[in-house]
Amino acid sequence: MTELHTSAQATPVQLDRAAQWQRATEEPQWVRRTLIGIALAFLAAFLILPLLVVLVGAFEQGLGVWYAAVTEPDARAAIRLTLLVVVIVVPINVIFGVTVAWAVAKFEFRGKPLLISLIDMPFAISPVVVGLIFVILFGSQGWLGNWLSAHDLRIIFAVPGIVIVIAFGTMPFIARELIPLMQQQGKQEEEASLTLGASGLKTFWYVTLPNIKWGLIYGIILCNARAMGEFGAVAIVSGRIRGETNTMPLHIEVLYNEYMFTAAFAVSSILTGLALVTIAIKSTVEWWEQRTGATE
Amino acid sequence: MSGDHNSMTTLAPSSVLRSPRPRNVIPGFNITMGFSLLYISFLFLIPVGGLLLFTMTQSWEQFWRAISHPQVVASYKLSFGASLIGATINLVFGLLVSWVLVRYQFPFKRFVDALIDLPFALPTAVAGIALVTLYASTGWVGQYFDVYGIRIAYTQIGVVIALTYIGLPFVVRTVQPVLEDLESELEEASAALGANRLTTIRRVILPALMPALLTGYALAFARALGEYGSVVFISGNLPYLTEITPLLIVAKAEQYDYHGAAAIGTVMLLAAFVMLLVINGLQWWSTRRFSH
Repeated sequence: MTELHTSAQATPVQLDRAAQWQRATEEPQWVRRTLIGIALAFLAAFLILPLLVVLVGAFEQGLGVWYAAVTEPDARAAIRLTLLVVVIVVPINVIFGVTVAWAVAKFEFRGKPLLISLIDMPFAISPVVVGLIFVILFGSQGWLGNWLSAHDLRIIFAVPGIVIVIAFGTMPFIARELIPLMQQQGKQEEEASLTLGASGLKTFWYVTLPNIKWGLIYGIILCNARAMGEFGAVAIVSGRIRGETNTMPLHIEVLYNEYMFTAAFAVSSILTGLALVTIAIKSTVEWWEQRTGATE
Repeated sequence: MSGDHNSMTTLAPSSVLRSPRPRNVIPGFNITMGFSLLYISFLFLIPVGGLLLFTMTQSWEQFWRAISHPQVVASYKLSFGASLIGATINLVFGLLVSWVLVRYQFPFKRFVDALIDLPFALPTAVAGIALVTLYASTGWVGQYFDVYGIRIAYTQIGVVIALTYIGLPFVVRTVQPVLEDLESELEEASAALGANRLTTIRRVILPALMPALLTGYALAFARALGEYGSVVFISGNLPYLTEITPLLIVAKAEQYDYHGAAAIGTVMLLAAFVMLLVINGLQWWSTRRFSH
């Protein structure tokens, strides 16, 4: 913007005007540097330091100690349970995300804003309240407690309860990625495919899916990271039975409360790595979309 | 109909193509809508209704006693106050960070931009133990404050720090796109009309950012109100001092006091609904403001 005005042939008067214009449309160099400095210092203190503390805490006693901490039986059980939960929850939320985005983006119906607000709701509700809701439904003192114990079914303090609260907490992520994307793309391409005789499923597979691929991938990654990291809701429903109902975040809490800091940070470092991969993928997807959007 | 669908829509007047009531040829409404509603009902609506019903099974006195116990009231004050302070810190620094990211160039900008989302992606329990380790009186940061007798971990300052951390992305991520779309013509017009930079920022840029700023503020506040994992480690959970409201729900649930937990949970649920209404209202206001 300013380069336009400060060309080589500029007269002193023009240069003076250019300087004036720059003063009025941009901040002086020292202001820019100060603002960048403050912003980076804030982000370093709040984002980089916690990251470093985890990594240093995990590896300062050497790789051997780290490896021992993440492979001892309770840690392995926690990792296995966390993966099991993810394998169940993420596909369900993919199906939900895709179907609800299809209904919202391709059709007009009454109450659409209400439906979208409903999808957002788990964001607003405290994870602790989510856990409480299901304890009250399925717990021994809850609505269905007697019926469940009569049929020898366990949901609270068992794996099903953990799956349910995590499905609840991560419900919005994929839907929230897909709805704006599919709304923006409209339905012309699908209509073209359908009028040319393709079936609905074929249209979805060959027309819609390639268009939403990146949004879906990011939604899955985010849903996965949040499912693995869910803490407040799981803390209430799991009962923290070692080797049985401890997910990775709960195992970290147990280790920390027993002053086994290195082990706690070692297990944390796995989840931290996952978080870093998640934001790297998000950043790449956005960069890719910008680039392809710019060349079109 | 021609297969070259795009050129048809651009060439032909739209009235020729569209019948008075456009018929939707896209299939699958019933099945996708049906599954979505079923999923939302079973996972969300019925359980939340169950909590509210369960709360109503107790008497009004019992409910009131549970939600107005001094220890609980102290936790409301802390949760509300610390969330408000955290969201305000994020309002100021979120504006600064998004401004710097959109307007200025500096090394590793992409990396810094990506890092903003870390509090979304990092599990709260991991954030919790990292923050308490940093800010304990022997920690990397805490030791420098300890010299002056300032304690951060296990005090209310620690709660504010944790709530600032988890709310950090909200203001940045709502303000950033608006700032990117802001037309530079507006600023140039303001400058051409004789305003200096500060006046342009105050009178042209800030008003345009206001809806996004408020939305981000409300989102950060709402998230902070319900936060549990990142706070419980750094707060130390001292009764009447550093207990947040979600912690009391966990404590009551663990003691099988479901009625007490449900009563406080209902209060938190209502607070969440109010915040959601506020956020939707803000978004409605901002789209209305900028649609013409």
